Formats: sequence, C-alpha cells, structure tokens
Amino acid sequence: MVPTVFFYLFAVVLVFCAAMVVTARNPVHSVLFLIAAFFNAAGLFLIAGAEFLAFILVIVYVGAVAVLFLFVVMMLDVDFAQLRGGFQRYLPVGVAVGVLLLAELVFVMAGWQFHPGMPQLRFAPTPAGVSNTVALGNLIYTKYVLLFQTAGLVLLVAMIGAIVLTLRDRRTSRHQSIAVQVARNADNTMELLDVRLGAGIDMDAILRPKVIEPDGIDDDPLDPPQGGPPHGGHHPAGAHHGPEGR
Amino acid sequence: MSGLEQVGVGHFLVLSAILLVLGVFGIFLNRKNIIVIMMSIELILLAVNLNLVAFSAALGDLAGQVMAMFVLTVAAAEAAIGLAIVVVYFRNRGSIQVEDVNLMKG
Repeated sequence: MVPTVFFYLFAVVLVFCAAMVVTARNPVHSVLFLIAAFFNAAGLFLIAGAEFLAFILVIVYVGAVAVLFLFVVMMLDVDFAQLRGGFQRYLPVGVAVGVLLLAELVFVMAGWQFHPGMPQLRFAPTPAGVSNTVALGNLIYTKYVLLFQTAGLVLLVAMIGAIVLTLRDRRTSRHQSIAVQVARNADNTMELLDVRLGAGIDMDAILRPKVIEPDGIDDDPLDPPQGGPPHGGHHPAGAHHGPEGR
Repeated sequence: MSGLEQVGVGHFLVLSAILLVLGVFGIFLNRKNIIVIMMSIELILLAVNLNLVAFSAALGDLAGQVMAMFVLTVAAAEAAIGLAIVVVYFRNRGSIQVEDVNLMKG
C-alpha cells in the first residue's frame, strides 16, 4: 500500500516537472524543474529497489549535470525571450508527434507479457540476501568489468573534450612567466635616487618596479625587453606603466 | 514483497512512456533553444533508465541496472560535451539559436 501511494506521488510530480521543463518560459526554471524531476526519479528508483542507482542519480545528476546546466544557462548572456519565438508554430507538430509516439507505446504495452521461459534467460540473477549496492558491486567488478572500464573511458574522453573545447589562451590575461621572474635582479626593480637633504622628490604616484612586464601580445614572454624601454620605464615619475586602467 | 511487485511493472512502463513522450515533445516545442533541447534529451534518457530499472527489478536481473549505470555515464558525458560546444559556439557567434548553426551548410 505504502509503495503504491509513494509511486503515485512521485509519478505525478515527475510528470508535472517534466512538463514544466519543456514549457517553462525561463530556462533557469527549466533547470530547476529538471532537478526536481531527477529527485522524483530517484524516489521511483528506490521504490523499484535500485538504491545504488537512486543515489547515483541524486549525486551525479543533481549534483553535477544539472548544476552544469545551471552554470551554462546563467553564464550565457542570451535573450531567451527571443528563443521562445515560434513556440506556437511548433506546438501542433510537437503535439502530433507526441500523441503518435504515445499511441504507439500504448499499443506496444497493451499486448505485452513476459515469456514463460524468461527466468532461464537472465544474465545476472539478483542474489538473495545481499543489498542492492553489494550485489551491483559484485557484478560490475567481475562480470561487467569491461563495461565499467568503458564507462570510465567515456567519462575521461568527455572530460578531455570539454576542457579542450572551452580552453582558450586569452592573450590579454597575465600569465606567470618564470623566466622573467628568475632573471630579475636588483637593477630592474629598485632605483636609488640622490635626494638633497630636505628637498624631497616629486612623485605623483606609487613607485612601481620599473621592470617591463611582458604584454604577451607581440613580444615573447621568454625574452623580456630589458634594455630599450618601450614604455618609458626609465623615468621614475613614469614608473607606473603597464596596461592602463588596471 | 518488494515495492515494485506491489506497484506493478506496467505502471512504471506507462510512466516512462509518458516521460519519453514529454522529452520528444520538448525537442519539437523548443526548436530554437539548444539548452532546453539538451534537457529534453536528459528527460528521454531518464525515461530509458526508468524502463531499465523497472524491468531489472521485475525480472530479478541485475544486468539491467548495470546497463542503466552505463546510460547514466554516457548521458553525463553527452551533457558535458554538448554544453562545452554550446559555450564555444556562443563565444564565437554570440548566439545559440539552432537556426544559426548553418556554417557547414553548402
């Protein structure tokens, strides 16, 4: 009785959330409804007795994938209202395809039953007396170890692919140049001034080290221009050189 | 008596069919928004997983759950790569409209 009640609770909320995912005006709401849908699906997995998959669903999907969607939706500065255009235009064909697919699935499910010889065809019968996680662990590390390793490989490829796709070397960003740091000496960073007693010096800004920082756009960072000052780095008053507006 | 036997595997199958149809419906409805299309694909894969788990529990065969785990992995990888492509595309073109993705059209 209790599983049936919870099944209907989870099922109704899941269908509602899925419908909101595809119809919400704001994609951020879509992602949040997707998270709610994953939570309810995890509840349904628990009812079906697949505890490990339920936890994986919550941890991996809610914790990683849905948050990834949330990041991308919030990061991209897209006019989502414009993307909503044509909603009414695509509605009829969407409803038509959906109804057709649902009718087909209903036809499939109407005349369906398990084969009598089905128990002999099981790949990995569920062992009695152990929990779902233990049984699954006993299986994926022995019989399905190749599948497990392939899953890891798929994740590795996805990780490398995502990094390679999104990594860009921004030429305006300032990277650490170890050679320049090592090649620094006192002459580059410090200037001794002969100041008359009581005269002081006229300096309108903070004195910065006069070493020429590599811009990275045209000059090689491994070859710091020590001699010729392109930015006028000699003068102590003009010592605060570098990119403007820092 | 497990929870699934009380509920019945048919209920799970109907629910998963509804979820799959909603996902397909979402792809047609949000033809311009690639992010919502990807979320619809996630819904479809969730329906597939629900089916696999329901049959696995009904038949007493753990292979279905192993397969569901594999599907989860592939779906996560697909989401990561797809979102990376979306980000790169937005960086280059300033738009994520599906109709704008026609650079390779002859």
